[in-house]
Amino acid sequence: MSEEQIKNLEAQFEARIARDEKIEAKDWMPEKYRQTHIRQMSQHAHSEIVGMLPEGNWITRAPSLRRKVALLAKVQDEAGHGLYLYSACETLGISRDELYDQLHSGKAKYSSIFNYPTVTWADMGAIGWLVDGAAIINQVPLCNTSYGPYARAMVRVCKEESFHQRQGYEIMIKLANGTPEQKEMAQDALNRWWWPSLMMLGPTDAESIHTEQSMKWKLKRKSNDELRQQFIDQTVPQADLIGLTIPDPDLKWNEEKGSYDFGEINWDEFWQVVKGHGPCNKERMNARVGAWERGEWVRDAAMAYAEKQQQKKEKQVV
Amino acid sequence: MKDNLYKYILGIADNSLILGQRMGSLTGHGPSLETDIACTNISLDLFGQVRSYYQYAAKIAGDGRTEDDIAMLRKEREYVNVLLVEQPNTDFAYTMARQFLFDVYHLLLLNELQKSKDLTLSAIASKSIKEVSYHQRFSSDWIKRLGDGTDLSHQKMQDAIDALWAYTDELFHQTQADKVMVKEGVGVDVTKLKETYYKQVNEVLEEATLNIPESKYFQKGGKEGIHTEHMGYLLSDLQYMQRTYPNMEW
Ligand SMILES: [Fe+2]
Ligand SMILES: [Fe+2]
Ligand SMILES: [Fe+2]
Repeated sequence: MSEEQIKNLEAQFEARIARDEKIEAKDWMPEKYRQTHIRQMSQHAHSEIVGMLPEGNWITRAPSLRRKVALLAKVQDEAGHGLYLYSACETLGISRDELYDQLHSGKAKYSSIFNYPTVTWADMGAIGWLVDGAAIINQVPLCNTSYGPYARAMVRVCKEESFHQRQGYEIMIKLANGTPEQKEMAQDALNRWWWPSLMMLGPTDAESIHTEQSMKWKLKRKSNDELRQQFIDQTVPQADLIGLTIPDPDLKWNEEKGSYDFGEINWDEFWQVVKGHGPCNKERMNARVGAWERGEWVRDAAMAYAEKQQQKKEKQVV
Repeated sequence: MKDNLYKYILGIADNSLILGQRMGSLTGHGPSLETDIACTNISLDLFGQVRSYYQYAAKIAGDGRTEDDIAMLRKEREYVNVLLVEQPNTDFAYTMARQFLFDVYHLLLLNELQKSKDLTLSAIASKSIKEVSYHQRFSSDWIKRLGDGTDLSHQKMQDAIDALWAYTDELFHQTQADKVMVKEGVGVDVTKLKETYYKQVNEVLEEATLNIPESKYFQKGGKEGIHTEHMGYLLSDLQYMQRTYPNMEW
């Protein structure tokens, strides 16, 4: 293809997106579009999978059977999200094994929030309420993103994430209305998860790369700072309602702008965790890589068995 | 009657509780995303069934205890699950072998329990059969895949079957309460399931190119509350919250 032809295709492609048409797997797309989508979608898929670990940590210790069942169902949903997202990502011509390699080698990122430890039961509430809550704010706009398979996966994922968010908040309500010990457990969890949840919405706009291109492709519709403000404005009243205190002395309603002012985020901590030095980065990667390596003989066996079955079938046909 | 019925319910429910606990701890650590989803789902199904059984047991006991009290606040000696289900997640072959050896029994049991004169038990059984049929299909498939996969997987699966075989016979032991409940038309006579059980198990093992263990030495004790050394650790996790924060709602 000549340079001119490519330019032409690109122009048509951008025009389609501007008209709100969906791009499908078989459609022509600029290489940069493909790579950007692989990066973002796989990062999202990896986050779902790594995200199973901190919550999985409490399955055997859930305080009641009802909570245990709900937690299992939630973690299972997250695995399902990982599965759709990997499949959606595969439509762009990359295999799941390649995507795993990128995760295991540290080349691909996942959401930094999962590098914090879950140390009490209340963390199951805080994660659902805040982490799934922040995820929804990030993801709802993606239900209308330009790449069809991603948009459709997001519709399904978002429905389940809002269920998780309510379930998490419900855990917090119960604790906040419980004994003093339970209330303290809830407040402590909020104290530990609040700031990492704000960081989850990404670096501040001044430091954020890729944003302009992503806006055009509808991979991003609002800036990180706008999303963060939306999250804070939505969450503060929920904390107030159950008598928990947001751990930010500078948090104050600003009548004029109709939203909350808030204190300074510790970006050094954010970058430290992103660069691999958070409290659980090593544990999370060891768990994923370990599961993958321990599972190799199992996957090999499944493949060998499938081949044998295939050969048997072919023999029968002959 | 009431006391025996209560004990009988626990005899069924404790198996699912302990196996559910074992399977639940695998989440996120399995060989593939698909097996992770399936193992989590099996755990979820088992705990769902457990809730129905303990809610019923709580009603029968009528002493103010809840499903959670029964599940999480007994002493180790009061749990009456078979030793098979408390065996550790040594590797994926053990996990699947344990699941399979239990599933075949579980499905046979539920098929009979459906006919129980006790309408609550028969309803729980009917509701659980679809789930447990799926568990059995899943675990049988893995017995075949690993048994007839590679040399390595064959060896690992054979080791797992050989090791867990000793715990199969206990499935067919009857406690005093079991005997009374069979007589009342409430309980299932498990001794009558034994032949079909080994027939079905052996068929799958053969298809999987695995040897059927010949050992005649079996372990027992779980049904009388005498467990293996693994049990205490499993219970420490299961009971952690209820013991640390007594008398609270979650
Ligand atoms: Fe998710
Ligand atoms: Fe997500
Ligand atoms: Fe979620």
